Amino acid sequence: MDSLDPRVNRLDLQSDTPENETSQHQHWETYEVFTQKKRGAQHLHVGSLHAAGHEMALVLAKEQYGRRDACFNIWVVKTTNIFALNVADADMFDNNRDKKYRLPQGFKVSDKITAFKKAQKKSESQDEQK
Amino acid sequence: MEIQKDNQQAIKELLYKMADDALIIGHRNSEWTGLGPTIEEDIAFSSMAQDKIGHAYQLYLILHEHLGEANPDVLGFQRATKDFKCCQLVELPIGEYDFSLIRHLLFDYAEALRYEALMNSSFEPLAQLSAKIRGEIKYHIFHADVWVKQLARATEEAKARLQTALNEAFPYALGIFEEGEFEAELQAKNIFMGEKALQEQWLQNLQSFLQKAGLNLPDSTSITPVYGGRKGFHSEYLHPLLQEMTEVHKVDESAEW
Repeated sequence: MDSLDPRVNRLDLQSDTPENETSQHQHWETYEVFTQKKRGAQHLHVGSLHAAGHEMALVLAKEQYGRRDACFNIWVVKTTNIFALNVADADMFDNNRDKKYRLPQGFKVSDKITAFKKAQKKSESQDEQK
Repeated sequence: MEIQKDNQQAIKELLYKMADDALIIGHRNSEWTGLGPTIEEDIAFSSMAQDKIGHAYQLYLILHEHLGEANPDVLGFQRATKDFKCCQLVELPIGEYDFSLIRHLLFDYAEALRYEALMNSSFEPLAQLSAKIRGEIKYHIFHADVWVKQLARATEEAKARLQTALNEAFPYALGIFEEGEFEAELQAKNIFMGEKALQEQWLQNLQSFLQKAGLNLPDSTSITPVYGGRKGFHSEYLHPLLQEMTEVHKVDESAEW
């Protein structure tokens, strides 16, 4: 079955789509591998490998990265299709740790929730006494 | 475990040939460990070889638990060469990678159909095992298809090598389907469809794959199949293989690792 997500290409084991051809003396490209532990879980990057095409990358990834732990599905992406930030630009994240107010624990609302719960408990115990 | 009483001999014959095929091809293919064409393929091919040894173990275990035969270690390591019922295809040396890939293709196309049919076997333990290992065999076919297609479409040399390997291996591959004494009984009791029917389906599937890959299926009507393995007549290669495989076991029968 084709993927319902138009961004994802799914391999059909029965089909015979010609793979990209590798000419003589050409090095195999590397592919990045992402495995999904169970249905619905996010795919996590687990490593890379050499392969002559997407099909072969999936064949090799299955044994390379999917043979030990639980595995439900695998993605392979050509390494050249991954875009990353420059290491020198990591300073963009430097002040993250100072911005605690962006963490959910930082929200003032938690005080209000605690107060509300307390009040609720109180009224419940009053009802019981009546 | 309850011992199967009916059709004992017929089921034993079926299980022994399947188990011996799996054990010997598993051992042969494991000879590529450390020598594979790339590290990734080395791991994949070795892993499939382990799967085959696992299949052999499970089949020997059925013989042990349901048919009163010795335990899997004894069956795998202590039988005489002539008592093995593997086909000669699996005994042949690994050759170069083209040969090993083609043998893998020919053998696993038959395995896939055999286990698919056995999922409906009236012999319950075999039906259960077939359902269990279905996914593994599916991967073995996927692996064989992708590699053979890739190489057949690569260079003229690669294609020629594959065709030569195919022509060499094909008479031996027909030997997979050497009939035994109990074909009619197995069919009548819905235990197994029989080798003849299996071979027909195998030829069809193979033909349609090879056509896509651009390789030619040798003409099975003009080729003499290499029979004998199922009756205990083997190539010169099986005995040395068994000597090597059982070396550790002979030194220390209780060795574990």
